[in-house]
Amino acid sequence: MSLINSDRKVPKFGAKYVLEARIRGMLKFVWIIIAVTILNPLLYLVSIGVGVGSLISHNLGPHGIDGVSYLTFIAPALLAASAIQSAQDEVVFPTFQGFKWSRIFYGMNATPQTGSSIATGVFLAAILRTVLGVTVYSILLYLFGAMSSPHSYMAIPIAIFSGAAFGAVMLAAASYTENEDKFFTIVGRFLVGPMFLFSGTFYPISTLPLVVQIFGWVSPLWHATELGRYATYGHKISTTMIIVHVTYLLAMLVFGLFFAFRQYSKRLTN
Amino acid sequence: MSENLIEVSGLTKKYGDFVAVNGIDFHVRKSESFGFLGPNGAGKSTTMRIIAATSQRTSGKVSVLGKDPEVEGPQIRAHLGVVPQQDNLDMQLTVTENLYVYGRYFGLPGKFIRSKIDELLEFAQLEEKRNVKVDALSGGMKRRLTIARALVSEPDILILDEPTTGLDPQARHILWDRLFRLKEDGITLLITTHYMDEAEQLCDRLMVMDKGSIMAEGTPLELIKKYSSKEVLEVRFGSNRNALLAPVMETLCERVEVLPDRILLYTDDAEEVLENIISTGHHPNTSLARRSSLEDVFLRLTGRSLID
Repeated sequence: MSLINSDRKVPKFGAKYVLEARIRGMLKFVWIIIAVTILNPLLYLVSIGVGVGSLISHNLGPHGIDGVSYLTFIAPALLAASAIQSAQDEVVFPTFQGFKWSRIFYGMNATPQTGSSIATGVFLAAILRTVLGVTVYSILLYLFGAMSSPHSYMAIPIAIFSGAAFGAVMLAAASYTENEDKFFTIVGRFLVGPMFLFSGTFYPISTLPLVVQIFGWVSPLWHATELGRYATYGHKISTTMIIVHVTYLLAMLVFGLFFAFRQYSKRLTN
Repeated sequence: MSENLIEVSGLTKKYGDFVAVNGIDFHVRKSESFGFLGPNGAGKSTTMRIIAATSQRTSGKVSVLGKDPEVEGPQIRAHLGVVPQQDNLDMQLTVTENLYVYGRYFGLPGKFIRSKIDELLEFAQLEEKRNVKVDALSGGMKRRLTIARALVSEPDILILDEPTTGLDPQARHILWDRLFRLKEDGITLLITTHYMDEAEQLCDRLMVMDKGSIMAEGTPLELIKKYSSKEVLEVRFGSNRNALLAPVMETLCERVEVLPDRILLYTDDAEEVLENIISTGHHPNTSLARRSSLEDVFLRLTGRSLID
C-alpha cells in the first residue's frame, strides 16, 4: 500500500489487455469456432461452388461467367462474405455481453481502461478471428481449385478489409443498441440476408433490375466482391469505381470506429 | 500531497432536471474507512462513481490523490479498487481467470498476478472454487470474488458500493470480517450502504445523505450523541392506538417519534420511562429497551426510516 506517492503507470496500449481477455473468452468456444470455420465454407463450396458450378459450366462452358470458372467467380465473394459474418459475430455478441448480459465492460472501465481501449480490444479480437477464418477459407478454396489465377491471394486482404469495415459499423451499431432482440431481427433479416443475396455474390449484380441493384450498392459485400474480382482475375472495372469501392469501405471503417469509440465512452461514463 | 486522499467541494450532478447530488463537500483521509449512509436514491452511488472517475460531474471540485478525475481518469483508476453495486464478473471465465484477466487490465505483469492469486483466493475463501466457472458461484461467493478482484492491483483506495446488499446474514458477516481485515491493514475504504449496522461496524467516519445532500457528518458515536439520546424505548400499543397515545408519551421523555407500527421514546434511561408509562395506566403490547443507533439518527434528520 505504499504506492500512493509513486505515480502508477497506465498501460500504454490498454486495448492489448482487452484483446487478451477476448481471446480467452473465444477459447471457451474454440470447438464451435473451429467447426463453423471449416464446415461453413465446406458446405458452400460443395453445394454452390461444385453443384451450381457444374450446372453453369455445363450450360455456359468452363469460362461461363465473367470469362472465368464459376468457382473462381464466386471465390472472392465467398471470402468477403465469411469475413463480414465472422467480424460481425465477434463485435456484436461481446458488445451486448459487455454492456448488458454480464456488464463486464463496467468492470473493465473501473481500471485504467477507457471506452476507446475497450472498443479497440473487442474490434481487434474480431479482426483476429476474421483473419483466421479467411485463412482457413482460402485454404479450402485452394483445395477446391478456386484459387487458380495467379493473383488469387489478393482476395484475402480485400476480404479482411471488408470484414473490418463492416465490423466497425456493427461495433458502433451494437453499442447504441439497448434492445438486442430487435437488433438481431433487423440485422439478421433485413440487413445481412439481403446483403448476401443482392451483392452479386452468386451472379453479376448487373443481371438484377436497377431498383434491386441499389441494395448491392450500399452493401460492403458488393464493394468487396467487385474489388476482389478485379484483383484476382482482372474483372473489368474503371479506376473511378476502384476508388469508390475502397473509399466506401474505408469510410465504413473510419466512421464505424469513430462512433463506436464515442458511444462506448458515453455509455460507460454517463 | 496533503493527508486527504479525496477532497470534494460543491459537487453537483444533474441528470436533466433531476439533481442527484446537490453541492456536497467532504474529504477522506488516508487509511480512513469512510461511509455514505442513506436510502436508495440519496446520491451515494453517483458520488462514488464521480470519485471513481467513471462519471462526469455537472459542477464543483473533485480531487482524488491530488488529481482531477475528469482530466486524469485512467491515472486515478490505476490506484483504485472498485466493488460495484451490481456484480460484473466475466461469467464465461473461471474464478482464477477472472482475477488474472482483471489484473491484466491494469497492465500488471502475468507473473505478478499469478503470485497474487493464491493470497486473494485465501482472502476470499474461494481456494476450493479456483477452477470453477463464476456462473456456478453463490451470491456471497461472487461478492467476495468481486472484492478480491478489486484488490488484485493493490489499490490505495477501495471503493465498495452497497457491498452486502442482497446477501443473507451469514454471507454478510463473512464479508464484514473480510472488510474489517482490510481496514486493519490500513487500506482506505469508501463504503456506501443503506444498512446502519454495516455503517456502524465498518466506518470510522460517515456522512448521512438524503436527496443528494449531506444531512450530517461524523463518527458513528458522535452522530448518535449529537442527534439521538443514549437509549430508546420502543413500545407498541397496536396500530390504531399508537397515534392516539403519542401526546401522553411526549410528556414522559425528551423526544418521541411515531411510526405506523410503534412509538420510539428517546431518553437516557429506557427502563425508567417504561415504568412511568405503566404507572400512567397504559400497558403496551410489547416493549423494547435498546441503545440508540444510526437508524435513529437518520429518522431524526429526515423524518423517515432508512429502508422504506
